[in-house]
Amino acid sequence: MISRDDVVQVARLARLELSEAELERMRRQLDGILAYIDQLKALDVAGVEPTSHAVPLTNVMREDEAAPCWPQEEMLANAPDRAGELFRVPRIIED
Amino acid sequence: MTGLTIHELGAAYRRGETTPTQVVAAYLARIERLDARVGAYLTVTREAALRAAAAADARHRAGTPLGPLDGVPLAVKDVLCTRGVRTTCGSKILERFVPPYDATAVERLAAAGAVLLGKTNMDEFAMGSSTEHSAFRPTKNPWDLARVPGGSSGGSAAAVAGDLAAGAFGTDTGGSVRQPAAFCGVVGLKPTYGRVSRYGLVAFASSLDQIGPLGQDVRDAALLLGAVAGHDPRDATSVDAPVPDYAAALDGGVRGLRVGVPREYFIEGMDPEVGRAVREAVETLRGLGATVEDVSLPTTDYGIAVYYVIAPAEASSNLARYDGVKYGLRVGGAKDLIEMSSRTRAAGFGAEVKRRIMLGTYALSAGYHDAYYGRAQKVRTLVRRDFARAFERVDLLVGPTTPNVAFRLGEKEDPLAMYLNDVFTVPTSLAGLPAVSVRCGFSAAGLPIGLQLIGRAFDEPTILRAAHAYERATSWLARRPSLA
Amino acid sequence: MSATVGTGWEVVIGLEVHAQLLTRSKMFCGCPAAFGAAPNSRTCPVCQGMPGVLPVVNRRAIELAIRTALAFDCRVNEACRFARKHYYYPDMPKNFQISQYEEPLAEEGVLEIDAEGASRPIGIQRLHLEEDVGKLVHEGTLETARASLVDYNRSGVPLMETVSKPDLRSPEEAAAYLKSFRAVLVYLGVCDGNMEEGSLRCDANVSLRPRGATELGTKVEIKNLNSFRNVQHALEFEVTRQRRALEAGERVAQETRLWDADRALTRSMRSKEFAHDYRYFPEPDLVPLTIARAWVEEIRAGLPELPRRRRQRFVAQHGLPPYDAEVLTQSRALADYFEAAVREFPQPKTVSNWVMSELLRVLPADDERAIQGAPITPARLGGLLALIEDGTISGKIAKDVFEKMFRTGDDARAIVAREGLTQVADEGALAAIVDQVMARNPKAIEDYKKGKTAAAKALVGQVMKATGGKANPGIVNRLLEEKLSKT
Ligand SMILES: [Mg+2]
Ligand SMILES: [Zn+2]
Repeated sequence: MISRDDVVQVARLARLELSEAELERMRRQLDGILAYIDQLKALDVAGVEPTSHAVPLTNVMREDEAAPCWPQEEMLANAPDRAGELFRVPRIIED
Repeated sequence: MTGLTIHELGAAYRRGETTPTQVVAAYLARIERLDARVGAYLTVTREAALRAAAAADARHRAGTPLGPLDGVPLAVKDVLCTRGVRTTCGSKILERFVPPYDATAVERLAAAGAVLLGKTNMDEFAMGSSTEHSAFRPTKNPWDLARVPGGSSGGSAAAVAGDLAAGAFGTDTGGSVRQPAAFCGVVGLKPTYGRVSRYGLVAFASSLDQIGPLGQDVRDAALLLGAVAGHDPRDATSVDAPVPDYAAALDGGVRGLRVGVPREYFIEGMDPEVGRAVREAVETLRGLGATVEDVSLPTTDYGIAVYYVIAPAEASSNLARYDGVKYGLRVGGAKDLIEMSSRTRAAGFGAEVKRRIMLGTYALSAGYHDAYYGRAQKVRTLVRRDFARAFERVDLLVGPTTPNVAFRLGEKEDPLAMYLNDVFTVPTSLAGLPAVSVRCGFSAAGLPIGLQLIGRAFDEPTILRAAHAYERATSWLARRPSLA
Repeated sequence: MSATVGTGWEVVIGLEVHAQLLTRSKMFCGCPAAFGAAPNSRTCPVCQGMPGVLPVVNRRAIELAIRTALAFDCRVNEACRFARKHYYYPDMPKNFQISQYEEPLAEEGVLEIDAEGASRPIGIQRLHLEEDVGKLVHEGTLETARASLVDYNRSGVPLMETVSKPDLRSPEEAAAYLKSFRAVLVYLGVCDGNMEEGSLRCDANVSLRPRGATELGTKVEIKNLNSFRNVQHALEFEVTRQRRALEAGERVAQETRLWDADRALTRSMRSKEFAHDYRYFPEPDLVPLTIARAWVEEIRAGLPELPRRRRQRFVAQHGLPPYDAEVLTQSRALADYFEAAVREFPQPKTVSNWVMSELLRVLPADDERAIQGAPITPARLGGLLALIEDGTISGKIAKDVFEKMFRTGDDARAIVAREGLTQVADEGALAAIVDQVMARNPKAIEDYKKGKTAAAKALVGQVMKATGGKANPGIVNRLLEEKLSKT
């Protein structure tokens, strides 16, 4: 069963602020979904290769050619806050 | 002037019976009149549409149309980036995001002369099966406005069903084109993974996402697919293989085709009307000369569990970038960066998105990674093997698209109940295979039922051919929803 | 001296070096990879992590990494793939870094280092590729800033991360490792090696254990070591800090510390209690790479001779002292310069002397571009040395000529001719000058007779002065000796 502490820890990793009420609701819902997912444990997957790509492609690469850059103003246009040519963010503290 | 199929429109343009501008104007007027009730669109690009239509007029007048989509009014799901036109993904967090670039699919549609009417509503970040999880408003099913259109491409499906666009594009990660197509009674195709470039498709689950067309009939779906399919150097997962002429491959019928019917696609708790309609459709195919046999896809039951590990895991990663720093929403007044991002994400994401981010983060986190993500990837291999085994014996698989017809708004409040709606669409997504949903009847309440045809990788021509033969042999398309 | 000599502790150090690869474009998009443009002017939707964009691998970056892996005798893995590494930081636009995790490009290599007079192999655990992050500018310092500013120009630049095994046993060895490492990369042409600009960045893991113990002690990671000096100083500080703690019976906390060069100390950045959970998984937007043997062999065939081997050859083949060989192999350009000059003037030790004392007085040994573009080409240096050899000019004049060659870019012979610097070797003319000088300096002759042999040197100096330095010193010496003995 997923604990309240697990949910707090996962929310921290996921950068999501959850209210007390949301925390408990989230815990309950995740618990239900995880219980359903746990049916996978019934399957024997010993020696089975994992699938991370549905289509088996390999070695897709591009040549090392520099393309023209995008206009600086276009790349900054969506910024919620900026200082001239730079994106501005609030004070950084380590977590 | 609205309501014609794309191939009918093309013929009408060629004969000079109408012009792109007349048709586009008619669609815009119909959207204005009816979309307040349907809610198919989040953004209508009126001015740009009229400009594009005028350009198409000139080409048709000069006798130099660009192809079958020239001057055809289309809608695209708001998860495809459009240069200069806001792209919200149905989320508050991207409410004001204006991409400086077009998705490859959007670029190719423009190059084919198609006219973009606007951006359609969707479940936030394509997470949902009802379009109720749009941050802006729900979309209603044109057949019954009290019911959902399905999702997450509900806006695109409703636009086509309600004659609010001649055709549309959605995206399908676990059924998000096919399920709304079934609920709205239109044709919806999920191409093989790698067939259509994902460049500019805002990622939900990168190893599953595909762009797919929604049309009024199979020929329209084939024309739409042909316009966007093909290799794109900007997408390393797009396959460099020639694109067949899908529309030209429609004829030829099903005689000699081996059709497999997966035993596991007829389950307890399924709407009996759906089961009956699908079995009748199988008989129709048999009557048209196909051979039918029972097949088994034993891991079908595990598909949802695999999907709800892999898709949220990838989503938790893909959605990490929405942090209030570079674009989109930022909640002000925070004392530091962590608080700013945590509050921005809390305010910007809806409940379903948060749930999946949490689920995916948990499934990837230290101590749980192998038990959830690792195991799900292995079961995904088993799902692929099931299909590979079945396709040794048959040319295509046929079954229901969904276990039920469209449900009522608010009916599925429990997230898990909603997830189970995708039981027949998710396995194909996990295996990367192409599948199309076509109308195969109506419930007693007058709601459309979807038939799903699943093919081998890159064998869209075969499922389209069979779907087309079925459509021509039945008269389901004659019925239309009455909105006006 | 090692910070732990004479103590009962053994120092265990491993280094992680990030090197920026010399590609034209970034790792996953076509933006130019070079430094030094207006903020956010070298970005595109891909390297800014905008919604919907996709990465595509730069083939050249893979090639340069294979080249490096081969130089370190690594095993180049046939199957390699990219993975996503997750943590939140505003300089990283997607909040995950595309890196390599379970299937790195190469593993199990070795780098020979020379430390404290001996040579030792240091194991290389893995070598992989990843993308760089953007640059943060703090309004004030990181601690006091009310806001920070982000420039994504560097975001997506290809980085090669090389992780050593914990084989290093002292701060000096760590510095020696980094020096050899840098030399190899610059030789290979895969990185410009500029530590100040951040083309080469180093983090260190360091722990202490009782001598003879087999288990590793608690390790501390030190970040921000951006010069050889910093590596050594930071590690010395950290070794002392840990030793004192252990000797006082305290436990060393597993943590990340930052080297503060201004205050010459390391300080805690974050403790392992709040360790990152990177949640790696295979990058779904990139497909796996299978590195063909043929490709690897093709790259191997193009490898240049590496600095260590070249140094050994300089001693064996050219008969140079080891010190000269080391100086001359500090960069590929310098070693090439030396060998080209030796081809012109086949007296290796003379060439070495001139390169070390004259050329390196005006050009830094490790500045590849400066050496390659030196106004005195190897051929011209050879020409200058030939003029000394055949007696046309003296060694002293040659140094002036060297300076003039460097300034003007002219050929030695042309300068000597133009300025009339040819030695005076005419005995008659020199004898007359010697006589004049002797006549003007009776005191010196007096001194000489009293046994002050230094007085003769002063007379030679006078003759040289009178001839503008052009007199052949051998002839002047002989004439003076003869005349003095006759007086
Ligand atoms: Mg790294
Ligand atoms: Zn870029």
